[in-house]
Parts: sequence; C-alpha cells; structure tokens
Amino acid sequence: MTTTQSKYETVIGLEVHLQLKTKTKIFCGCANLFGQEPNSLTCPVCLGLPGSLPVFNKMALEYAIKIASALNCAVNHFVKFDRKNYYYPDLPKGYQISQYDLPIASHGYLFISTSDGAAKKIQIKRAHLEEDAGKLIHDPELNCSLVDYNRTGTPLMEIVTEPDIASPQEAYDYLQALKLTLEYLDVSDCDMEKGSLRCDANISLREKGESQLGIKAEVKNMNSFKAVKAALEFEVHRQAQALESGERIIQETRLWDENKAITLPMRSKEEAHDYRYFPEPDLVPFILEKEIIERVRASIPELPSAKLTRLMQDYQLNEYDARLIVQDRGLANFFEECTQLYPDPKKICNWITGPILQELNARKIAIDEISLKPRDLAALIQKVEKNILSNLAAKEVLKLIIDTGKNVEQIVEEKGFAQVSDDNTLNEIVDGLMKEHGKIVQQIKEGKESAIGFLVGQAMRKTEGKGNPKKIGEIIKRRLLHV
Amino acid sequence: MKLNELTAHEILELLKAKKTSAQEVLQSVQEQIKTYESKVKAYARVHPFSPQQTVGATPDFVENSAIPIPIAIKDNICIRDRETTCASKILKGFKPPYDATVVQKLKERGSLIVGQTNMDEFAFGSSTENSCYGPTRNPWDLERVPGGSSGGSAAAVAAHETIWALGSDTGGSIRQPASFCGVVGLKPTYGRVSRYGLIAFASSLDQIGPITKDVTDSALLLNIIAGHDPLDSTCVDLPVPDYTKALINDVKKIKIGLPKEYFIEGIDSEVKESILEATKILRKCGAQVEEVSLPHTEYAIPTYYIVATAEASSNLARYDGVQYGLRQYPAKTRKTALIDLYEETRDIGFGTEAKRRIMLGTYSLSSGYYDDYYLKGLKARTLIKNDFDKVFQNFDAMITPTAPTTAFKLGEKTNDPLSMYLSDIYTTSANLAGIPAISLPCGFSKNGLPMGLQIMAKPFNEEMLFRIAYTFEQNTPWHKRKPPLQ
Amino acid sequence: MSEKAKTITEKDVRTIASLSRIYLRDEEIQRLTKNLEDMLRHIAQLEKLDTSKVEPTSHVLPLRNVFREDVVKESLGQKEALKFAVEHTQGAFRVPKVMISHLMVQVEWAPKVTDET
Repeated sequence: MTTTQSKYETVIGLEVHLQLKTKTKIFCGCANLFGQEPNSLTCPVCLGLPGSLPVFNKMALEYAIKIASALNCAVNHFVKFDRKNYYYPDLPKGYQISQYDLPIASHGYLFISTSDGAAKKIQIKRAHLEEDAGKLIHDPELNCSLVDYNRTGTPLMEIVTEPDIASPQEAYDYLQALKLTLEYLDVSDCDMEKGSLRCDANISLREKGESQLGIKAEVKNMNSFKAVKAALEFEVHRQAQALESGERIIQETRLWDENKAITLPMRSKEEAHDYRYFPEPDLVPFILEKEIIERVRASIPELPSAKLTRLMQDYQLNEYDARLIVQDRGLANFFEECTQLYPDPKKICNWITGPILQELNARKIAIDEISLKPRDLAALIQKVEKNILSNLAAKEVLKLIIDTGKNVEQIVEEKGFAQVSDDNTLNEIVDGLMKEHGKIVQQIKEGKESAIGFLVGQAMRKTEGKGNPKKIGEIIKRRLLHV
Repeated sequence: MKLNELTAHEILELLKAKKTSAQEVLQSVQEQIKTYESKVKAYARVHPFSPQQTVGATPDFVENSAIPIPIAIKDNICIRDRETTCASKILKGFKPPYDATVVQKLKERGSLIVGQTNMDEFAFGSSTENSCYGPTRNPWDLERVPGGSSGGSAAAVAAHETIWALGSDTGGSIRQPASFCGVVGLKPTYGRVSRYGLIAFASSLDQIGPITKDVTDSALLLNIIAGHDPLDSTCVDLPVPDYTKALINDVKKIKIGLPKEYFIEGIDSEVKESILEATKILRKCGAQVEEVSLPHTEYAIPTYYIVATAEASSNLARYDGVQYGLRQYPAKTRKTALIDLYEETRDIGFGTEAKRRIMLGTYSLSSGYYDDYYLKGLKARTLIKNDFDKVFQNFDAMITPTAPTTAFKLGEKTNDPLSMYLSDIYTTSANLAGIPAISLPCGFSKNGLPMGLQIMAKPFNEEMLFRIAYTFEQNTPWHKRKPPLQ
Repeated sequence: MSEKAKTITEKDVRTIASLSRIYLRDEEIQRLTKNLEDMLRHIAQLEKLDTSKVEPTSHVLPLRNVFREDVVKESLGQKEALKFAVEHTQGAFRVPKVMISHLMVQVEWAPKVTDET
C-alpha cells in the first residue's frame, strides 16, 4: 500500500437505475420492449403530445413494492409523483414524472461480503419510481442528433445508497448482490449491456479519521460492473494524487472513457439544474392499504442471502458450492428438486457445479432454457451408482440430453451407453491388453499402481468408455497380482 | 326564423318530425359564416363542407339518440388530423394523430364539426386578443372584445355561426365570454369531463364545457361530453345523470347565497343592478336568497396567477421545436446549438402574454422561491376551497355577477395586463375550488351590451345549476335577444 | 415572503428567460421586467395570509388510486408517430447535434439487437 492509499479512505455512494420489465410502459399502454424499430412503440402519451395525460401502471407499483421489500425498506403508504422540469430532446414533455420528496421506499439495506468474509451492511437511502427518457443518438455523417422515443415511459426504479461503500471492490460486490436479488424477484433483466440496469457513482476521499465528507465527483457512462470498479479505482488514484499535490478537488461530473481507461470532466455549459419540482397534477395520489403491501411481500420468493444460508445448513454444502448454486435462482430450484428425487445432496451438488455448469457456460444459456430436468439428473446419478453407466458415459449422456431433449433411458438405449460390466467381455479385453502391453504388465507385477491405471484407461478406450473401470481394475489385479 | 338561429333542442324536434335535415341545418350555419365571419372572426379554421359529414345523419339516426348538430370546437381541443394550434404560432401545422375524448364522444353521436374557434393563445387571456389569428369581435358591438379565452366559441354561438360550441375554462374562460356575448357557458365540476386531448394550460384547473344559446342546450351537450375516461386519471368514475331532467322551472325552498365580497368596489353599477334584479326574480319563484361570506375572495386572483402560471410554465415546456410545430433556427449571426433552437423557437413562437405567464410560472417554482410562491399559493387555495365548503353546508348554490363589467373595447386593456387579470375576479374561485359554475344572460346595459349572472354549486351538483338557471331563464326574456348584426 | 422576492431586476428576468428557454430582445426585457414587477407586487398580497397551519391543495378532488392494468394497447406505429415530425430521418426525429461529450454518444443505431452475448 502506498502512502496515499493508507492516508485516505474512500467514500462511495451508488445510484442505480433499473428498468422494470412490466408488459407495458409506466403511464401508457405501449409495449415495454427493447430493440424494436425506432419510434414504433409510441403513442400520444409517451410522445408527450399536446393534450395527452398519464395513467399509472398498477404492475409497476407492485414491482416497486417488491423491490422495496427485498431491500428491507420502509414502504411509504402515501405515493405521489412530482414533475422534474428540464429541457432535453429525449424528454418530450420537458419534464420527467418522478418522485421527489416522498419516495415510495426508504431506509433499507443490502448485505455484501467483504474481502475478509465479514458481512457488511450497505444502507439504501431511498428508492423511487420514475419514467425513462428516450434515446439520443449522435450521427456523425449527418452531423445531427437523432431521437428514438421507444424508451420514453419505460418504468424505472432509482435505487440510491448511503455513502457506505468503502472501496471500488465493495461497489462491484454491491452491484452483484443487488443484481442477484433483483433477478430473484423477476422484476428486471438487470442487464447493463442492454441498459436495463444503469449505474452512476459518487466518490470522494477523506483523511482517515475525518468525519466530514470530502468533495465528491459524480462518475457516469460506465457500461458494466467491471467498468464501475475500474472507473472508481481510477478516481481513487486521481483524487488521492490531487489531494497530495495540494490541488483543489472541484465537485464535477466525470465520464468514464472505456477505451482510454480514464475519467474525463464533462465539458458542458449546463448551469446547475434547477428542476423546479412540484406535485404532478395529472396523477392523483395513491394510498397503499396494508393488505396490498402484505400480499406483495408474501409473493416474494426466498431471496439469495437467505437461500445461501439455508442450503449450507440443510444440505451441508460448503460456501463456495452454495454460492455457485444460488447465483441462478433456476439452478437453486433445480438442485432442491433433485434432492427430493435422489437423497445425496453432495453428489447432486458436484454434478451441478461441475459438468452441468460447464455445459451451461459453454452454451451461454441458463438452466431454465435447457431440456435437462431434475429427474434426468437423478436418473443419471442412479445409473452411475448401479454401475450401469460409467462417470464418463454419464457426462456424455448429459450432453446428449441437452442436445436432443430425450430422456436418460432413451439415450442409453439408442447409443448403447450401458456400461459393460459382464465378466466375460471385460476378461477378454484385459487378455488382449496384457498381450499388447507386456512392459506394463511387468510394471504391475512389480507393484506399480499407476500402471494399473494405465491399463484401465486402455480398457476404457477399447470399450469406448463403457467399461466399468472398477471392475476392470479388479480383473487386472486378480489376473496379475492374484489378489 | 332561420335554421341556424334555432337551438339544438328545437332542431332535434324538427329532425325527429322530419321537417328538416342535418344537411340543411349545416348549410344554414355555413351561410351565416359566409355572411358574417369576416366581421366577427370567430373561427381560426372553418372546416370545408363535405357531404361525408352528414352521411348517416338520417332521421332514424336521430331516433337512436344521435345528435347530428353542428358544433364549433375551441382550437385547443385535439381533432384527429386537423390542424390544432391553440391560436399559437408555435403549433402552426401541428395535426394531432388522435381525437380528444370529448371529440370522440361527439363524433359517436353524429356531431357535425363546423370548425375550430379562435381563442387567446394557449388560453392565456380574457379577451381573445392574444391570438396569432388576430382578435375575435363581439357580435353585439364589433368594436368590443367577446371576452376570453373562449371568445371565438362564445361569439360564434351569439352570432349564430354555429348551433352550439365547446370551450375550456381555467379561470373563467367559458363563463366570462359567455357573459360578454349574452350566451350560456358552463364550467363543469373539475373531473366531470375528460381532459384527454385538451391542450393543457393549468392541469389542476382546466375543464372543457358547453357554450350554448340556452340552458336546455347546455344540459344536452353536457350529457354527451361528461363521463369517466380511463385515459384521464383526474376524471371521476361517477355515473352521468340525464341533466335534462334537472330542467325544472321551480326553485321553491332552494337556498341561494349572495357572497358579499363580490359586491365591493370595481363592479359596474348596471351589472350590480342586474344581479340584484335577478335575485328578486328568484325570490319571486320561491328561492331563499341571503347574504353569505367568502372571506378569502380577495386572494383568488393572486392565488390563481401563481398556481395556474406555474403549471402552465411546465405544460408549455414541451413546445421547443424538437418534435412538432414550429422549429425556428436562429438568424445566421447566432449560433445553432440545440439551446439556441429552443430559445429562438420559443421567442418567435410564443406571444407576449404567453411569455409573461411562462416566466412568472418558472419564477414561482424556482429554487428559493417555491415556498413563498407556489407552496403559498397551494395553501391559499385550501383556504379558498374551505370558504366554499363552509357555505355549501347551509346553502344549495351561490349567485354572483360573472364579470365586473360588460365587454370592454378592443385594445383597451392590452397594455395593462394586471387590469386584464382582474376581470377574472368572480370566476377564478370556482376553478380553484373545483366546483361547477354557469353563466347565463341576465340583462343588457344601456348601450346594449349583455351582462351575465353566475351560479355556483357543490361539486358534481350540476343539476342544481341547471335547475336555478332554467327557472331564471324561463322567467326572463334575455336569452331570446339576438345581436344586431348587419 | 422575503424582501428579495418582491423586487425583480432585469438580471433576474434574463435568468428566468434562460431557465424558460426563451430568447428575449432588449426591449422585451425592459417591458417584461415591469410587467413581472407589477404582477409580483399584486401577488405579494398573499403575505397577509397566515398559512402556517394550512395544508396545500395539489389535487382538488378527493380521488385516489387511479390505475391502469398492465395490458398492451396498440401503439401509433412509426409512420403515424413521424407524421407530424418537423424533421425526421431513418425513423428518428432529427435535431441539431447535441454536444455533451463524444463519450456519451452512441455511434451505431442501436435498436436492431444481434444476439452477441
């Protein structure tokens, strides 16, 4: 650690904008879809045409309550919207309908695991609902900017933390934990590449022991969690250097340049925004009955942190494996269903964290998207236990299930994968091998264990992987060592 | 009497009796327009006659509750594929791709849209002089204003250039011109009629309402346009009664209040007289008329001008040359960054009054001023509303003059915005409180100018308004007079 | 209401005009300053009101909880949406270049997403 790094502590707050995947936009009935022809998913309301009026999407409210609950927030029973007034071409009404002084959620928290394994609480200051703006694109050829309003009116949840995050790594961990929790709620695609999750950061440094916050920089334009971490690391370095050399840090907005791996000040002549917030007169307020909040709360599935603890407890999994399984809600469900069908969580876990995850990663798909069912895995493990299939063969069968969608029985039969376990066949093969590999036979007789392994391997090749390795080993030992 | 001089209910009788056709009525209206429109200038746009319009408007159609009556629509109500500009340069050429809900309802009942009427730009005004099309003139005296901002609609009805019309009212914009033009103008309860498609001025105050030749027509037209709209969150889901059933010539035992704060200095003596005469007539008909107090009346105008302009400044932010309407690039001597496009477009596109209001609104919402202005205004609004709630606990309705004077001369108040604003003094409170209010003719001044009586009632009690108004109308000759147009 | 709120200078008016995105010529600024001053003086009457214990009225109706269901309705479609556009090209509304920073600007036309996971 350099002197600067040990002298200063980092203070980070994150602001995440999350697109909610309701079927329709927040204030109109246009479909809420990504990647369509420009301006094809618009109507007078989301275009902000004169005379148009907003009407609130009930599902957006439910999603908001879900998120608030999952983040342990207090839910405000009185929900009102406000207008945030500013001018920009992607904002057709000249104001954004948002929530100013009474956000729907506040005073929540999310736990992350720090580097030394301890759990750290990141406080959520507030979370509120608002509408998204359109997309502004710069066309260098035509020397103009182009606006696509498909995205205007997409429901957004803005989630703001307290400045509790103490390092770029923690910021990264927070984002991972947040994304995982939100994925479990099934309220958003949480995809930074597609823009359904966007993140801005506020970062400042202060001398260790100092209680006052330093001057902060706002950092924008980061397109992935890694970019957030890299940008913040750069800022820590930049601000520390500046402080050391006596430079004054100015409060400014900086943009992350992915290519150059630096942040640059945003050279804009925009004066500090005066948003002139006032209550939205076109939307009447909402009073949330206790029942609605309770009902939505009850519909929330077990969240990742709770599931992690439970899986470790109930199934005696180690943390590493448990984390792998919990990463994907579908995977966790798959695991638990399998344990119902075959009571050996350890084996199931090994299959999932091993060959299955391998397949999923290679094919870049999720467990919900493949035809492998819990009963398939249970059947596979059973067959291996009964020596009908070798491990190797079972892995082949797994691949084929995913490829073809057929079940274990069908594939084993079709491909003749049934393990060769009968003594005669195996004896024959071992005979043949002993004749071929005289030297190895000699080594075995001299007591070299690894040579046995070699012969077993050869036998497996001869049987195209179908041989029962245990049995082959026994045969070799009997014949050569008279054991 | 010519067809165009009849009321809608009279025409419906003729149509049912097959004594005339919708086409004939429309033609009669259009002839009147040909003769007098160049003098009155009630219309921003007259729609050319097309036989298509009357297709389906057969007598059988009428039996099945169609109302194929020619109607004029204020130029701030969206009509699909028709240029709708709010009488502003900044919306020149804008053709909405959709109908306002009220227009849809009218079309469903077979209405024949005559044209779109002139108004003060974005409804900012009380004289219809702030229009990019030039001023409309009062049919009773062409040197005078018709009132505003729905001056075009009121003048068109008064001059029989339409059978009936729609206007909008934010601070008196239906009632005051109705008063100046000697016709009936109703501002329904806030939330009674859908605002979807009404180009917004002040969202918490605007309402669309009928401007008609008599009270019966007003009830008929309200029947058509009132009702729930899922596209407007502020439009209530209450059943619409048949308002024509409230047209009873009887006000026995009705308790009417006369707010003393409305009769202080500034009111024309003739106007005052006509109201007092009106109370005599209502008393004769059995009503109980007593003095009441609305103590916060003097704060209505300042409250209105803070709240309404603040909302307006936000509602008009969308007119920036980006999507539709006017786009004005700055002269070559100035830069062309985006901000310059905004500023130039809005400078050229907005008239002076619009700029004044936008700037006042921006100011009262801005940082450091919000509490003292906008928030204060919202609190004053509560006090004004409470005044009405209190009185309505013991009274069924209130009667006041609609305007402190008769129609003033063109150009008389254009250099004194404040004096223009004060002509709304009796009407703005109803918007602030959200209650329904109607204006109907109650006499003529010495120089032949109409005067208006305003009746106010509890929220969603338009029936009370119709009952009192109908009784008054049936016992007076005012609604039968016609302007001396040559 | 503080003293600062009642008087308004030409400088204030220029600031407000800028916030309102309206370009004003010099003669206009003079006239508008006077107009706004008159209006503010009139509005200052509200100072006489004691509103310390009064709740503000943002919505005059006691209406609450107006929703719509999460059901897709037909959109206008690209052609209709662009019908009233002042300037448009390639399916988008066209405006003068917006220069915040070259970094904040996407260069490709994003919508057609290819599956490049």
